Amino acid sequence: MSSSSNIGAFRIKGAGRHTPARTARFTFDGKTYTALEGDTVASALLAHGVHLVGRSFKYHRPRGILSAGPEEPNALLDVSWDSARRQPNVRATVQEVFDGVKIASQNRWPSLKHDIGAFNDMLSPFFAAGFYYKTFMWPKEAWAKIYEPFIRRAAGLGEAPKEEDPDHYANRFAHCDVLIAGAGVAGLTTALSAAATGATVILVDEQPEVGGALHHDAATTIDGQNGYDWAQDAAARLKAMPNVTLLTRTTVFGYYNHGFLGLVERVTDHLARPGRNLPRERLWQVRAKRVVIATGAIERHMVFSNNDRPGIMLASAARSFLNHHGVALGRNVGVYTAHDSAYEAAFDLKRAGVSIAAIVDNRTDPGEAVLAEARALGIDVLTGHSVTDTSGRLRVASMTVVRNGGANARKIKIDALIMSAGWTPSVHLFSQSRGKLRFDEANQRFLPHIYTQNCVSVGGCNGTDDIADLVGEAIAAGGGSIAVTAENRFEWTGGMIGAAEGAGPDTAVKAFVDFQHDVTAKDIRLAVREGMHSIEHIKRFTTNGMASDQGKLSNMHGLAIAAEVLDRPIPQVGLTTFRAPYTPVTYGALVAHSRGELFDPARKTPMHALEAQAGAEFEDVGNWKRAWYFPRRGEDMHAAVNRECRTVRDVGGVFDASTLGKIEVVGPDAAQFLNLLYTNAWDTLKPGKSRYGIMTREDGFIYDDGVVGRLAEDRFHVTTTTGGAPRVLHHMEDYLQTEFPHLKVWLTSTTEQWAVIAVQGPKAREIIQPFVEGLDISNEAFPHMSVAECSVMGVPARLFRMSFTGELGFEVNVPADYGPDVWKAIWERAQGIGACLYGTETMHVLRAEKGYIIVGQDTDGTVTPDDAGLSWAVSKKKTDFVGIRGLKRPDLVRDGRKQLVGLMTRDPTLVLEEGAQIVADPNQPKPMTMLGHVTSAYWSENCGRSIAFALVAGGRARMGETLYVPMKETTIAVEVTDLVFFDKEGGRIHG
Amino acid sequence: MLLIHCPYCEEDRSELEFRWGGEAHIARPENIAAISDEEFTEFFFLRNNEKGLTYERWRHIHGCGRFFNAARDTVSDKFLLTYKADLPKQPIAAVEEALAAAQDKVVETWEQTEGDAR
Amino acid sequence: MAELGSHHLATRTLPLAGHHGGSSVVRLEAAPPAARLSLRARAEDVAALSASLGISLPVKPKTSVCVNGRTALWLGPDEWLVIDEDHGGLLQAATDSGVLHSATDVSHRNTAILVSGPGAAAAINGGCPQDLSLAVFPVGACSRTLFGKVEIVLLRTAEDAFRVEVWRSFSDYAFGLLAAGAQDAALSA
Repeated sequence: MSSSSNIGAFRIKGAGRHTPARTARFTFDGKTYTALEGDTVASALLAHGVHLVGRSFKYHRPRGILSAGPEEPNALLDVSWDSARRQPNVRATVQEVFDGVKIASQNRWPSLKHDIGAFNDMLSPFFAAGFYYKTFMWPKEAWAKIYEPFIRRAAGLGEAPKEEDPDHYANRFAHCDVLIAGAGVAGLTTALSAAATGATVILVDEQPEVGGALHHDAATTIDGQNGYDWAQDAAARLKAMPNVTLLTRTTVFGYYNHGFLGLVERVTDHLARPGRNLPRERLWQVRAKRVVIATGAIERHMVFSNNDRPGIMLASAARSFLNHHGVALGRNVGVYTAHDSAYEAAFDLKRAGVSIAAIVDNRTDPGEAVLAEARALGIDVLTGHSVTDTSGRLRVASMTVVRNGGANARKIKIDALIMSAGWTPSVHLFSQSRGKLRFDEANQRFLPHIYTQNCVSVGGCNGTDDIADLVGEAIAAGGGSIAVTAENRFEWTGGMIGAAEGAGPDTAVKAFVDFQHDVTAKDIRLAVREGMHSIEHIKRFTTNGMASDQGKLSNMHGLAIAAEVLDRPIPQVGLTTFRAPYTPVTYGALVAHSRGELFDPARKTPMHALEAQAGAEFEDVGNWKRAWYFPRRGEDMHAAVNRECRTVRDVGGVFDASTLGKIEVVGPDAAQFLNLLYTNAWDTLKPGKSRYGIMTREDGFIYDDGVVGRLAEDRFHVTTTTGGAPRVLHHMEDYLQTEFPHLKVWLTSTTEQWAVIAVQGPKAREIIQPFVEGLDISNEAFPHMSVAECSVMGVPARLFRMSFTGELGFEVNVPADYGPDVWKAIWERAQGIGACLYGTETMHVLRAEKGYIIVGQDTDGTVTPDDAGLSWAVSKKKTDFVGIRGLKRPDLVRDGRKQLVGLMTRDPTLVLEEGAQIVADPNQPKPMTMLGHVTSAYWSENCGRSIAFALVAGGRARMGETLYVPMKETTIAVEVTDLVFFDKEGGRIHG
Repeated sequence: MLLIHCPYCEEDRSELEFRWGGEAHIARPENIAAISDEEFTEFFFLRNNEKGLTYERWRHIHGCGRFFNAARDTVSDKFLLTYKADLPKQPIAAVEEALAAAQDKVVETWEQTEGDAR
Repeated sequence: MAELGSHHLATRTLPLAGHHGGSSVVRLEAAPPAARLSLRARAEDVAALSASLGISLPVKPKTSVCVNGRTALWLGPDEWLVIDEDHGGLLQAATDSGVLHSATDVSHRNTAILVSGPGAAAAINGGCPQDLSLAVFPVGACSRTLFGKVEIVLLRTAEDAFRVEVWRSFSDYAFGLLAAGAQDAALSA
């Protein structure tokens, strides 16, 4: 092979913008090919004459490359960057080739050329629109076993990777005065104009280079230069400006509220050996003061019978492959068009040495200039004709041409066919911004009409076809005073939407509207006949436009066919809503940094490292990592927790309580404020004392609880549950700021200011005694529920005498940085005395033994203080607190409410399952009447039996009753008891 | 993602810094312990959830921490005004006019002309 | 054992001890320990508190005042974060003002990361939604805001230097996200 044939037999010498010496080798379905740097997968395959690249979704029809851009519905391939990186459904027209990339076709078995699924094509009468809705209706039992597996196997294109994504992704928030979407002539001109005013500009284009339509359109001259060259120069000038950010390979995928746009920048997908630290993609979250949409227009295909064979392509795509990539799509090309633009494609091909079999023009009146040029080039033009069919199994081989209204068809041999039904303005972003479109009757297109955000559309997406007008519009949109002169060779006319002649109504004809979802013109007609009259219904019934290309090519055709059958004007049939993302976005980009260690903050207490050293297993409580239990060598969790439970009650234990929420409530009205927020009374609490408090919401249900210590007349140290800390502070701020703003009090979160070391058990005082300075902690001087500021190991501390175990207990609060050192000292001494470290599991068991509830475990947002047996904590004297009225609601005071009680299993070794339901009669017919459920259940080593809490209807009136907990295999008999299982007299706490 | 003007920070900030706080200008009754079940229902459970102009509370929770009020059009998501929490409900002139104009053209229903309401 | 407690003074363990990092355009380091006060007061008491603290508490949103290593940051209309790098007696000074206020020691609640270099703003914008251009967030500007999934207080100390105040248990995450942002800032425009 000569060196030129190495890079493909369809490379045209002298055409294209790539450097012939810079090659890259890649494989497609196992075969190796050579490409040029700058090729897309599509252009590289076409250079080697490969048109067949995939099978269609429903009928498994052979499919080729339809476009040269992101609108591609057909050529979706599986790309492997290396052994660890693979992605399905990559558009061949977007993915750039690099050395070593492995490409595979999808949706075929056993091979692309012989695909068993193509049987579906013959069965296609059974696969018409609405097939799924009608077929998978009955019998109901068939769903799980037959229909769902079938649909699941058939649904979706490609195969998702099963391995973890080895890449990383980045995120960037950015702000600018003007964001410009699209860097074609309009976008670049706008950027130059805006940048000249000093505005900060972000200019974005999805292609590797700027230029937009200049990739294919080689006949535009700007400022005396070839258009494409001008565009590259303009980009270089813009890049040099400090107020401009130019992002290529970047898609504006979403235009959201208030000038917020989502961009995804593809950083490494085109690189053979990306730098190690490079993110694969970068998500840009941009807030723009103003947005200029310069997204151009997308060419439509012609809708006619068998318009989907490989080798049939949009005219502008063929022009891109030729003018940009230097690749001809065939040697003998047919043209089928309703728009002048296809003529220019034919001219370019002809000049490059490609034979043009004929231009078949659906119209009778093409532009005079293009007709003259065609004549001059010796191209046969058949106006008023249609292509009614094509042939060729794996590649188009002929087109059947008929004079419109005539009968004599003739076949013309071709090896490729290009087509154009005209151009659809890309109004996606405008529509996403909630702009309202209007229908341009003359040109059969929707255009931006009413803007709801500070944005403007310029150029092709605004329906501005004339290049001089376009440039003027762009300069004005940028707000600067610059001069750009641009001219085209031809003015384009024409365009059509809907099915061309020969697309039906014969029901056997497959004239594709939506290539990716295999929707034909007759499917749309069928949908209307079946009673779908709204375009939204037609879309869902046929799935037209619902594929990953979102109908960029198909929407207008589908709409026109529906309108025709409905005999209604197009605007009355309506357009479906364009939604973000414009093109598919990877989850990786959206997740960006939020994975692995950065998925969610892992909050660690100051003593975390010491606990880990001591062998702790940790559990997640919200974002916190809490020491769960401290197994010794050979101990499982059960053994460790039993030992910890015993040791705390026999000697003592040291526990990290730092995660408890803490709020400093300060000000002369602090007590009054707490009176309003808690059910208890706080004005009666003396400084130096603390009290257990319950917070209800306005509806009377328990919201949170915790111990509140009064440090001074005007200063309280409030504790909350670990998980409740942020919402309790928010709840308090809400009432303080909006209901009680007259109160002189402020709230400050101090959760993380203090490391909290709880020391519990009969030897607790002995353990902490030596470390405490400036405070008598004897039982007389510092009884249960005392609080004081003192010094611990030389640092200012807050000491609470309190207990969540029912034992003599203290909680030592020291400034967090001192926590580890104080913990070490206390633990060293505790160990010598025979105490243990204990974790949250033991804490849970010990508190349950004593009947202490955990808000959020034993309550669920429908439990009142009385339900939980805590009515003693609700002040009867106060005239107001949050929840005072809610608690009096009829349903909250009725008899028979679920109340929290203890349960003891008849078999003491059985531990109930939390969440298990409770019934009175296990033999009653199903569905049984359920009385409530188990909220907490543990093995209690100290009681030598299992213990549980449950919410049971009328529970406190059922003391001693036997109830039943039906489980899958067995039914467990339980006795209703009170909540206290250990030390019922409660003497130990005062020890 | 909304852009919200915080009346305390005097700056537009990303919605990320804020938390929505429900309908605005619903005062907690001063004699709440004494109100009837119906009054409590009205105060606590019932919200208008209006389409169009809505007065709602927001908190700049990850900013200055203040609660404030906003007038927002729930159809367009446009903020017409934000104002400090201690201010009474702020009239939105343009919207009031539009509403008044709409009321002038209220469709005559059977209820109004023939039914009990007459 | 008993005497150990009375003679042994506790030492500090900083949450970000030993953390440093960054990229070719961003330097990340843990700030030294500092005294911090969460100060709350009504407008009429600001003058007295300012006099007592020796620093005029800023009343304009998003601004800070820095005098002799003591910085007061406006966080809200009645809220300031006062940071003293030399451990001065902030609580006492606030008490001495004699006016109504709430002063709470949060020296250990927060820790700080110093972010500097030409890519500092870009690194922070890897997770912070605020506009950090000099026009909008000039030197001395400060704000409570979000950084990824955690809340921070951001202070611009120089054109290319920031102080990120963050609650201690979030500091690992904040440092990690800053490191990711710093790396990305070196790789992009």
